[in-house]
Parts: sequence; C-alpha cells; structure tokens
Amino acid sequence: MSLESAATIAAPVSRPNAPPKMQGEKVGVFYGEKQALFDVDLKIEQFNVTSLIGPSGCGKSTFLRSLNRMNDTIDGCRVVGKITLDHDDIYDPAIDVVELRARVGMVFQKPNPFPKSIYENVAYGPKIHGIARNKADLDEIVHSSLRRAGLWNEVKDRLQEPGTGLSGGQQQRLCIARAIATKPEVLLMDEPCSALDPIATAVIEELIDELRENFTIVIVTHSMQQAARVSQKTAFFHLGKLIEEGKTEDIFTNPKNKQTQDYITGRIG
Amino acid sequence: MTDAALPHAAVASTAPARRDFGLKRRHAAERRFRLYGVAAIVIGLGFLAVLLVSIVGKGYTAFVQTSITVPVEFSAEIIDKDNERATNPRVLVSANYPVIARNAVAKALGVATDDKAAMRDIAKFVSDGSRSTLREIVVNDPSVIGTTRNVTLLAAADIDSANKGQIDLTVPESKRKVSDRQVAWLDQLKQQGAVSTPFNWGLITFGASSRPETAGLGVALVGSLYMMAIVLLCALPIGVAASIYLEEFAKKNRFTDFIEVNINNLAAVPSIVFGLLGLAVFINFFGLPRSAPIVGGLVLTLMTLPTIIIATRAALRSVPPSIRSAALGIGASRMQMVFDHVLPLAMPGILTGTIIGLARALGETAPLLLIGMVAFVADRPTTPLDPATALPVQIYMWANEAERAFVERTSGAIMVLLLFLALMNLAAILLRRRFERRW
Repeated sequence: MSLESAATIAAPVSRPNAPPKMQGEKVGVFYGEKQALFDVDLKIEQFNVTSLIGPSGCGKSTFLRSLNRMNDTIDGCRVVGKITLDHDDIYDPAIDVVELRARVGMVFQKPNPFPKSIYENVAYGPKIHGIARNKADLDEIVHSSLRRAGLWNEVKDRLQEPGTGLSGGQQQRLCIARAIATKPEVLLMDEPCSALDPIATAVIEELIDELRENFTIVIVTHSMQQAARVSQKTAFFHLGKLIEEGKTEDIFTNPKNKQTQDYITGRIG
Repeated sequence: MTDAALPHAAVASTAPARRDFGLKRRHAAERRFRLYGVAAIVIGLGFLAVLLVSIVGKGYTAFVQTSITVPVEFSAEIIDKDNERATNPRVLVSANYPVIARNAVAKALGVATDDKAAMRDIAKFVSDGSRSTLREIVVNDPSVIGTTRNVTLLAAADIDSANKGQIDLTVPESKRKVSDRQVAWLDQLKQQGAVSTPFNWGLITFGASSRPETAGLGVALVGSLYMMAIVLLCALPIGVAASIYLEEFAKKNRFTDFIEVNINNLAAVPSIVFGLLGLAVFINFFGLPRSAPIVGGLVLTLMTLPTIIIATRAALRSVPPSIRSAALGIGASRMQMVFDHVLPLAMPGILTGTIIGLARALGETAPLLLIGMVAFVADRPTTPLDPATALPVQIYMWANEAERAFVERTSGAIMVLLLFLALMNLAAILLRRRFERRW
C-alpha cells in the first residue's frame, strides 16, 4: 500500500468495528535461552492510542520493539508467534525490514536526535526513502512535520542549528517530527516522556492526542495517569504475560483481573 | 553545642573524631599521590629536554653549509680542448671540472697552479661535489666556455667543520684533518668576503654520497613519502572496512572472537618479523623489486593495519547506541546507518588512530633493512618501484659513518624526522578538532 494514504486520510476519533491495524497472536520473545514474553495476543486498532503498562521488566517494551522488529538488532533475540500489519506477517522472510520500519516508526525513551542540523534530522527519513521528489518537496515535508510535532514556532528561525542544542522536551518533539516525516502508519513510543519534566510531558501528551488523527499509536508508559490521559486502549503486562487489555476507562475503573487492580492501585509495581 | 540536648549526643560526639582521623590520612595519601604524579611528569619532561637539547645542539649546524664564492674561469683549454662539443656533446659531461674548480680557488688565494703540494691541499679544500655544480652550468649553457663568472662552490666537509668551529685547532697539525695552511686560506677567503654559510638545501635535496657535504635526505624523503602514501591508500580503506564489518555487521561468535584475538596479537608482533614476511612474500614470491618503496609501503601497511583496526573499532564502539537505534528506527538500512551516522561520528577517532599508525610507520626501520631499503641510492626515485631509502634508515646509515661531518648530519636528519612526526601529530589534533561534534 502507499505510504501516503494512511497519513493523509482524516480519521474519525474511534472506529470500533474497523479491522485492527496490527495484531499479535501468541507472540513470544526469547533473549537467548530466557523467555521474556509469553503468548501475547493483542490487537492494535487504527487511529487509536494503545498504551502498554506494567512494572519494570514486564515485557511491554519488548513487545513494542517486536512490532517494528527492532528486536532483530539484539544478538540472540528470537520472536515466535505471529505479528501482522494490515494482515501481512511482518516476520515473513518476504517482508523487508527497512520498509516495515518506514511504515512503523519509533520514538525512543531518551531523545536521540542525530548530531546534525534540525532540518537534516527531519529530512533524513524522507531522503533515504525517496519520499521527496525535489528540494521544495523536502522543505514542505520538513516544515509540516515540525509543525505537526508542535515544534515549528520554536525552531523556524534556526533550522540549520544542531538538533542536539535543543532542550530535552524539544529534542523529543524533534524525534517525533523525524519519525512522522517518513509518513508511517503506526507510531511506536517507548516511554517518550520518562526523561522529560512535567511541562514538556504535558506538551507531548497533547501532541500524542493530536497525532491520533493520522497515526495509529502504541505507547509504553510507566505513568498510569499518562496512560489514562492519552490512550483509548490499555494493555497491562506482568512478568512477560499480557494480563488484561481493554478500553482504558474499563481498565482503570473496573479491572477484571486482581493483578491489574493491584497494579493500578499501587500495590505491585 | 545544640546537639547536646539530643538523645543521641553521645554517639554524635565520638563519631566526628574518628572521621577526622580517616580524613587526614586520606588527604595525606592524596597529596602524596599528586606529588608522585608531578615527579613522574618532571622526569619525563627532563628526559625529553635532554634528548632535544642533545639532538638540536649537535644537529642545527647541519642546516647551513660553508660555501666559497670565487670567479671561475671556464677555460676552453680544459673543458673542450679539441673543440668538438658541437659534434660530441659528451665532452661537456666528462670534462675535468675539478681542475677548473681547483684553479679558480688557487687563483683567488694567489697560489701558483704548478705548486703540486699546495694544489693537493686545495683539492681537499673544495668539495668534489663542485664537479656537478660546474658541469650543470656548462651543460645548460655551453656559451660560458671561455668566460669567467662568479660561482658558489661547496667547501669540503673538513673545511666546513673547521669553519663551524668543530675542529680543535690547538691539536697538533699532524693529528687533525685540516692543515694550518688550509686554516690560513679559510681566513684569507673570509677576509675577501668569499666564504658564506647559506641554508643547506642540499641536506634535503641530495641523494646518498660518501662525501658528507654532498650527502642529503632527498632520496630518503621521497622514499618515505611514497611509503606513507602507500600505507595510507592501503591500510586506511582495508582497516576501516574490516573494523566496520567486525563492529557493525558480523555476528558476535567464536569466529569473530578468534579474529579479534588475532588482530590484537598482530599489533604486538615485532616489526622485524613483518620485514621477514615482506621479504618472503612480496620480494621472493611476488617478485617485486628489492629496495623499492612499494615493498616497504606494503610491509608497513601490514604493520599499521592492526593499529588502525583497533583504533577504528574503539572509535565505532564509542558512538552511542541510541544513534544506531534512531537510524534503524526510521528505516535506514544497516549500511545507511553506518555511513550516514556512525562513521561521521567515529571519524575523529579513526583519523587520529590512522595518523598515529602512520607516524609509527614513518619511524620504522627494522623491516625496511630486511627488504633492502638500506642501500646507497644517489638518484631520487621517480616511481615507487625505483630503489630508495627511508628517513629512519638514512639516519641509521649516517650514524654508521666515520666522518665528523656525518655526526651533525645524523642529528640534522633526526630533526627532520621529528619535524615530520610533530607535523603529523599536529594534523591529528587539528583533524580531531575539525570533525568533533558537540552533543
């Protein structure tokens, strides 16, 4: 499918009957001999924010990283089960991991801009994927990505300055701009606010809510308040297993599982 | 003391005393350690100072050369007495130029040319190198024959030493290299204003010679330059490619561990072993010429490779993994990740490692001795396949010479080598600054 269509269709806030954008079936992840994730079945709905919560080491980041095969970069890491993106098995040998990562973008825990100019940071993805046909096109993509990441007004006069010179919150929004510049369909966020102060966190949360219009978002977070604020769906992981998933308000107000209840009330974690 | 009112006052009052005692000892230990550090640096700098003072003190005179400017009569009688230069240009090349030089000096000194004893002393007064000086003038412009013009001739090495004050004139005449008569002539020429000590370009242009005043580093410089170019062209791409593969692409398994151990071992192999390897492989098996910079360059490449690989791998490893994740996360291929992001960040480390490796190769002598680069080469090589020597080998050869004038030349050559090493290290620092990125 075209890379552009997902990004340009204006979507309704929630489409409960739409087919899932991504789906994991009996997903297990091994690091060498050690199994870190067991039989996870999870549907990621399109144009929704799905948050993955759970105590440290519960496998939520591992699951997130298996969604765009970033786990492949770890020596000795093995994924079993099936993960689909629009019904295509992403672990199928016929799938090119480069194309997959262009469709499923990622924002990391620590802001990691390239030590290049702000412009270059955002332009890199479109350049390598050949999304921009010419310089004007590229300028347009960079500008709109920065605008969408809510960073435009702060950096429009210093696009040629290094991205590493920005504040932590700005750097993280630059990383979001860089991720959405390749027009992905799904955006994975691995604790994007854990290194940021509360004000920068609030800005990013607002941004996530806006990005939901065009992107399917999966976010790993340690903050239950954040999960409650930004996501429509929540999945609770514990000790490598998916304990409970469902609408965010249901998970937080009426959890079915005892462990979930213990976690969200602060008894475990 | 407000603490006295608290229930734990007893504990609080004993504890600080014990801590103070520990602190004193720790401070004393720290001061002692700083002292050791300063002492170590002072000793190091002291040795460096002794080395530099000794070399520069002996060598600075090598950069000037005593020369005598006298009117030279290009007598047709001596150069071309049968007047056959139009038909046989070889007469101009083989003419007896030393006699012309001797006659010119004799005339300037007022010595009769038929005084055989005096003429023998004069023959030892002017360098035999004036042969080529005069030949060049005549061959380039045969019309000088029959005319007289001022020519600057090199003084002989012993006269040069005497002029530089290196010969003790209080020693009896029979026990020194310069006769009283020659010393008097030198003073006489000085009064006439005929003696000058210009910068010794010959030191960096001439090739090998058994006469110190016409011996220079020209061949060695060209040879070293060729070898450095070959090392750079071979070792840098091979070393960087090997490092990138091992660090970024290869799976970590027993085989890569084995390769890593071997590269580290290779870095510790004595250079003379590489020389033997070069002799066996490049000269005996591949049949490359002996004494050629191409063989030297290849041997030094083998020697420098491990250094470059180790430095490059360290530089690649120091690039934060978050940059790799960032690149892969937006769909860069591994190669794009390496060449667009990792390599530019590792560049300062790679360049520094490379230049340090090159500097080591520039100063390497032992392997070059084995592949025959210790040779008497008078003509500068035009290609890397021609015989040449190298700077450190030239130093080694001059250090073995007996003449007094070679002592200063040895030190002078060391100064030239040190200058190149210092320049290379400076380049390493500048490149590092230039490519370093701020975070």
